[in-house]
Order: sequence, then structure tokens, then C-alpha cells
Amino acid sequence: MADRSALTRRGLFRGIGSATVVASCTRTHPGTATNTPSTDAALSPGEIGPSPSRLSFELNGKAVQVDVEPRTTLLDALRVDLDTTGTKKVCDRGACSACTVLVDGVQRNSCMMLAHDVEGRTVTTVEGLADDGHLTVLQRKFVEHDALQCGFCTSGMLMSCSALLQRTAGRGSALSKEEVQDAIKGNLCRCGTYPHVIAAVLDASKERA
Amino acid sequence: MNPFTLVRLPTLDAARERVSAEPQRRTFRAGGIDLLDRMKEGLDAPDELIELHAIAGEHGARMRGIAATEDGGWRIGALVTLGQLAGYDDLPPAYGAIKDAAGNAATPSIRNGATVGGNLLQRPRCWYFRHSDLLCLKKGGYECLAVSGDNRFNAILGGGPSFIVHPSSLGSAVVALDAKVTIAGESGLRTIPADQLFAPPTVDPTREHTLAPGEVLVSVDLPPALPGQRSAYHFAKEKQSQDWPLAEASVRCTVEGGVIQDLRVALGHVAPIPWRSKEAEDVLEGAAPSAEVFAKAAQAALSVAEPLEGNAYKVPLAQGVLRYALHFATSTPLPA
Ligand SMILES: Cc1cc2nc3c(=O)[nH]c(=O)nc-3n(C[C@H](O)[C@H](O)[C@H](O)COP(=O)(O)OP(=O)(O)OC[C@H]3O[C@@H](n4cnc5c(N)ncnc54)[C@H](O)[C@@H]3O)c2cc1C
Ligand code: FES
Ligand code: FES
Repeated sequence: MADRSALTRRGLFRGIGSATVVASCTRTHPGTATNTPSTDAALSPGEIGPSPSRLSFELNGKAVQVDVEPRTTLLDALRVDLDTTGTKKVCDRGACSACTVLVDGVQRNSCMMLAHDVEGRTVTTVEGLADDGHLTVLQRKFVEHDALQCGFCTSGMLMSCSALLQRTAGRGSALSKEEVQDAIKGNLCRCGTYPHVIAAVLDASKERA
Repeated sequence: MNPFTLVRLPTLDAARERVSAEPQRRTFRAGGIDLLDRMKEGLDAPDELIELHAIAGEHGARMRGIAATEDGGWRIGALVTLGQLAGYDDLPPAYGAIKDAAGNAATPSIRNGATVGGNLLQRPRCWYFRHSDLLCLKKGGYECLAVSGDNRFNAILGGGPSFIVHPSSLGSAVVALDAKVTIAGESGLRTIPADQLFAPPTVDPTREHTLAPGEVLVSVDLPPALPGQRSAYHFAKEKQSQDWPLAEASVRCTVEGGVIQDLRVALGHVAPIPWRSKEAEDVLEGAAPSAEVFAKAAQAALSVAEPLEGNAYKVPLAQGVLRYALHFATSTPLPA
């Protein structure tokens, strides 16, 4: 029988994936990377596929390259090819927001995007929130408020709420409950953590204000 | 999803010609939300996706922008996302219905990808149509499976032979606002009233719009606002969080000398096309706004409804949604 520790599902995927992390480990902030092409690189004329072709983008501050087919979703490229499994796949149809990531700072459903859509762009997943192992205020508030149970929706919740805090960053006042409710309207939580999530985000916004 | 080639062409004409040469194999992709959904479900399997986002130059700018036009109206590019439209503060409140419809459709993250053009041209959500194992009228089958099936979300107005409801939340708003749409075809650009974009199932039950294969929706053109124009959009959903609407209403009017004028009423998610209600307009045109007359208009609007076995609840629901929209559009206090 095969050695179980050697044959984990993740390890198997890693074995067959073709991802390479090419750049240094210095953390860059979204949009400030100097080694990424212009944000319009994803739109330059040409044909891609149907066989795998090279895709380059910035993932959580690192330049990454991966060979993927046009039909590979961003979600599958992240989870299967790049082993960034913090982003979860639940419905795979845009209906639950578990797969939410930030693309150039904007929250998107990675299951409804193609991987090649992010050519030259900056992608932030839940792994990219903490800075060098230091949790963000929002992440700490999630822990303090017990804002998760099974945790399957949590990375998506964190990304939607991080996007909300980022786009209201200049405001200098705390968020309202309605604003938080609106921001997580697409995030489904089977365990019903909504009240705790809302409390955590409100608390994080107070700390900021 | 089936394997395919992503094709990025820099001009509108090149993109259009590429699709019209072989429309069975090639299709446009805007935000791709509806398209990928259908491809994942196995309903469509195009060999080439022609990326509308790659279109550059003057046409690309027009398709991506929201701008005031020379005639005093506003133009919303087909590639503008629902999120951009919902957050566009410079659009005058006279056009509030379309902004509210965009801001309440789908989810915050979907709205960041879904485009205005794709929203108007998305395929229906009826579960019989969306199920790859079922051959319904929309897919070339013999009957609309909703008629004898579970039809709780299907049409109560204008149904037959297909009983889908038009899926676009922008649909009722563009019809009520008397918008036009600009289309790029073989002989250049043409502009038609928005209600002529939508095709009832009596024409061809397999299609919901009138674009020829390969034609591109370029923009939604809002006419100059009438003096004192107001508009409103309202909806009902099963949940407070993200959900598809059960009924929607959009209203445009002016209130001059205490009476309602220039009224246009359109209902969404109740009929196979965004449903203009002349019945409601007839009751209200020239009337003084009041809760009583709104109730009468809502009754008139739904007097022509023919619900199926499982969706009679949508009749009073749509009446209520329309009454709210009329109250909001005319700033008439809601009855206690
Ligand atoms: C969870 C969820 C909830 C949703 N709720 C709602 C809702 O409440 N209300 C609502 O209205 N919608 C809702 N939607 C649907 C969503 O709004 C549409 O799928 C989206 O707007 C489609 O736009 P797109 O740009 O992604 O279109 P695409 O998927 O890119 O295109 C749709 C179709 O139109 C064609 N097309 C696109 N643009 C053009 C153009 N300019 N010219 C010619 N052809 C074109 C494409 O070829 C394709 O066939 C929901 C979707 C999800 C996933
Ligand atoms: S997995 Fe993407 S929205 Fe559910
Ligand atoms: S914590 Fe379990 S789904 Fe949200």
C-alpha cells in the first residue's frame, strides 16, 4: 500500500501541476509591482489555446507563471495549478462567493473568470491578506468574534469584507450594519455566521476610524 | 467546459466579422458570467470565444464609457459593468431606475464582471432550459416543460409558446426609460428602441432578442430627460440577500400641475420580455398621484395576467411591486 503521507490529494495535484513561482518573496502591494506588465496586457490582440499556454501575473505579491488552457478558470488555476487552496470552490457558478478574490483590488468570483483574464494583473487571495504572518485587523476580529464555524465560506467572507474596508478606507468613520450586509449579500454561509461576521467587520471599521 | 480558443481582436469590425462568418462555432464574450455558466452546464460548446473587452479605439471607448451625449441624453457602453453603472454618481437622478436595477442585480462580485450588454442579452434562467438533459422548446424541443412542470418562477403575462421570464434586471428599466440601443451590424451602426431588442417567444421560441448572429450591442442610449423627469425601480425577492427577482417594476414619469404625465411602466421577471404595461399607463396618465389610483393601475396591469398552476402568487406580488415603484417615482407617501 502506498505511503499515505506521500499520497495526499494535494500532493498528487502538486505533482501533476505545472506551476512555477518565479520571483523573489518580497511582498509588494497591489498595483505597485514593477515587474508586472501593464494592466491591459490581458487585452492585447492574439489567440490563446486551445492547448495550454503561458500565463504571468502577480499573486499575493509574487510574480507567478503557469501554463493553462483557456478553459481553466482562475479558481482552478489558483487551487490546482498554483496550490493556493485558501480560495474555496463551492458552487462553481458565481452563486455563493466562496471563491472571491481581488483582481487589481476589485472583488471578483474566481470561478466565473478564466485564468487568462488576469494576465499581467494583480491577484490577492486570502493567503495574501496577512503581512508576513501578521493577521490583518479584520482577520483578528473574525477570530475574536468567532465569525466562522466550518470555515468554508470564510475566505470569501474575508475577501468581500476586505474589499469593503479598502474601498471605504479614506472615510475615517465606522461602517454601518447595512453597508456590511450589502457587501456580503453574495456570500452564502451554511453555518449561519452572518451576525458574527457583521460584528467583526463593524469592530474592524471602528478600530480604523 | 469544452476546450476553446480565446480570440482577442482589436477592432469591432474584426470581432463582428469573425463571429458572423461562423456563428455556430464562435461567440462573443463580455463579462462571461452567463456564457461560462452555460458552457459549464454543457448547454453551449463554442470553439472560439471572441473577447469584446479586447476591442480598442473609438468603438472600444464607446463600449466602455458612460457619457452625456450632444442631444442632452446619456450613453451607457455595453461593456460597462453593472457595478460601474450602479456606482456612477454623475448620472442624473431622472434615470435612477436603471442605476437601481443595476445595483440590485446579482451579487457585489458578479456586478464587477457582468456587463450591461451581457445582462440584456443573457439567456433565460428557467430550470428546464438550464438542465442539459432536458430538451425544451427553447432548445428545439416540442414543448415548454414549465407548462406541466414546476412553474413557480415562470411567466404570468405574455407567455406562450414558451413561458420563460426575461432574466435581465436592466430590461424593465431600459423599456420604462424609453431607451434606445445602438447595434453594430454589417452595414454599420443602427439605433432602435430598446423594446425592439427583445423578442417574444411567438416570433422564435429559441431566441430572446433580435440581434442577427455576429451583431454587437454597442451601447444603451438614454434620451434627454424630460423637464422634471423622475424614475424608480422596485423588486421582490425570496431572500433579502442575493436572489433572482420574482417580480420587478420600473416607472418613468413627470408630475406637472399635480397630475402624472409622460408615464411609462414596465414589469420585469413576469413575462418572456420586459413587459410594458399600457393598462397601467392608461389608468394613470393625467391622474393625480395617490395610493388609491396606484392600486387601481396595478390591478389593471395584472388584469391581463394568465398564471400557470404554480405561480398565481406572482399576480398580487407584481401588483405590490408596481405600487411601490409608483409611490417612489412620484414621492407619494406609502399608505399606513
Ligand atoms: C448568482 C447570480 C445572480 C444573478 N442575479 C441576477 C439578477 O438578479 N438580475 C439580473 O439581471 N441578472 C442576474 N444575474 C445574471 C448576470 O447579471 C448576467 O449573467 C450578466 O449580466 C451577463 O453579463 P456578461 O457581461 O457576463 O455576459 P456574457 O456572459 O459575456 O454574455 C451573455 C451573452 O450575451 C452575448 N453578448 C454579451 N455582450 C454582447 C454584446 N455587447 N453584443 C453582442 N452579444 C453580446 C454573449 O455572446 C453571450 O451569449 C445573476 C448571475 C449570477 C451568477
Ligand atoms: S464557487 Fe465561485 S461563487 Fe461559488
Ligand atoms: S462557516 Fe460554515 S459555511 Fe460559513
